[in-house]
Amino acid sequence: MEIDVKKVAMLARIRLTDAEAAELGPQMKNIIGYVEQLASVNTEGVEPTAHPHDVALPQRIDVVTNINRREALQACAPKTESGLYVVPKVIE
Amino acid sequence: MPFSSLSELKKKLDDGQVTARELAERYLERIALHNAELNAFVHIDPEHVLDQAAASDAYRAKHGARALEGLPIAVKDIFCTQDGPTQCCSNILKDFHAPYDAHVITRLKEAGAVLVGKTNMDEFAMGSSTETSAFGPCRNPWDSNRIPGGSSGGSAAAVAAALTPAALGTDTGGSIRQPASVCGITGLKPTYGRVSRRGIIAFASSLDQAGPMTRTVRDAAMITAAISGHDSMDSTSVNDAPAVDWLGACDKTDMKGLKIGKPKEYFVDGMDAEVRACIEKALDQCKALGAEIVDISLPHTESAVAAYYVIAPSEASANLSRYDGVRFGQRCENPEDLLDMYTRSRDEGFGTEVKRRILTGAFALSSGYYDAYYIKAQRVRTLIRQDFLDAFEKVDVIATPTSPITAFNIGEKTDDPLTMYLADIFTIAVNLAGLPGLSQPCGFANNLPVGLQWIAPAWAEDRLLSAASAYEASTDWSGKTPAAFDGNTACGGTR
Repeated sequence: MEIDVKKVAMLARIRLTDAEAAELGPQMKNIIGYVEQLASVNTEGVEPTAHPHDVALPQRIDVVTNINRREALQACAPKTESGLYVVPKVIE
Repeated sequence: MPFSSLSELKKKLDDGQVTARELAERYLERIALHNAELNAFVHIDPEHVLDQAAASDAYRAKHGARALEGLPIAVKDIFCTQDGPTQCCSNILKDFHAPYDAHVITRLKEAGAVLVGKTNMDEFAMGSSTETSAFGPCRNPWDSNRIPGGSSGGSAAAVAAALTPAALGTDTGGSIRQPASVCGITGLKPTYGRVSRRGIIAFASSLDQAGPMTRTVRDAAMITAAISGHDSMDSTSVNDAPAVDWLGACDKTDMKGLKIGKPKEYFVDGMDAEVRACIEKALDQCKALGAEIVDISLPHTESAVAAYYVIAPSEASANLSRYDGVRFGQRCENPEDLLDMYTRSRDEGFGTEVKRRILTGAFALSSGYYDAYYIKAQRVRTLIRQDFLDAFEKVDVIATPTSPITAFNIGEKTDDPLTMYLADIFTIAVNLAGLPGLSQPCGFANNLPVGLQWIAPAWAEDRLLSAASAYEASTDWSGKTPAAFDGNTACGGTR
């Protein structure tokens, strides 16, 4: 199986250098080659696992429980202004 | 004293032989003396530790002792704490300060514990050796040229060298049990859903679970009792989990009537012969304690690693998409545009192993491959769960080696990721099935510690604790401590 590492990296929004791509490509090929053994397991009629236990997810009462902690939550952001996150210009 | 168990320290505190502040000072001294060699802690704030200890002494004087009053406990760098940095040993979270405490941190504080500091780990818990940490590798107290296991290697090394009497780790594919095994301590991964994951930095959400790393089985029970229970803020925290008599389960001293399953797939050719001999000897001891050993089969065991290395990276690639340089974490310098900011921040912030797993996951989830890899792996996961359900029709608990090998040398496996992944071969299936597992010391192979793994049905942690307590009471392996750190056993101990 050939894997286009740079294409997958772009899907994951990681910019790989050429050297990184050259190292990761063969390693991913090995890993994917190893997991391909799953194809030989007979899973006909077997449901995929959605949760490790057959339990319904508990629901909580539909009331607002969070308080406004904007300052605390934005204190760890790289760049904010007037309570907003600042990123490079998106629309010209 | 440094190698005292939590239970012994609790008694000394309760009897007034020592104060929480004196205890904290004692362990801070040991950390100052030994951490440079081990690199077990990545963050320590001695003033803050002493303040907590003094507050605990004051609380005790006024109100009496809570369950973990004054006991020092270290936590892996994956737990969000309002005090001090939470960096997950990654450059992308360099200097990150969490705006809230993880649920388990709140629970430890409410129980009166003194939080000692943050321990080293593989970056984002991705690794089996604590070599992928952005803060440099951690070392094994039994042989400092060797790895302490991973990903909770810092917690394991810190407990093994008595820099703290106990620590918290997390376990996604063996990250509590495997380091406990190779460092000669006890580690418990509770049933999935037993302990809240809120505030634990997510790796693979359907597999992650927090648990204790301790000197004794009872200590593990004490901590689990404090941190477990429903949390309405974590939708995967189960609200009707069967209760367990955590401490009562540890009073067991025999195994009369206990049926122990011995799965043939966990005793394979190619595993270390000395490790195998240790486990066989441990099972003989269980027989002497009254247990019946039953040969069983878990036929899909050999597919577990493959299923895990599809499911865990897939979940990781989704979970780690949040590190985009916008709301928290590091942003690259002078981004040209938004895409440049995302892609360069992530390239600069993540280490190689983390990138490898994100890309593997992104590939497995990508259009055209999703059914063949991700859904197929989840079907195989169902078969692995079913294997255990079938086995527990016949036996009460299952016993296996925790790891097929003892601690390897630092750098020995870093060139070949796939070989590293196979180090988790005996621990991974437990996470896929959501079951509780415990590793405890059971001897030495190649002069290094070996771990015995116990596996129980979901919510039956008491069975693990009872079997492990009976074994512990009848042997002295849990009492072996490394001589290089003032312990009782030289050069990796007796053969």
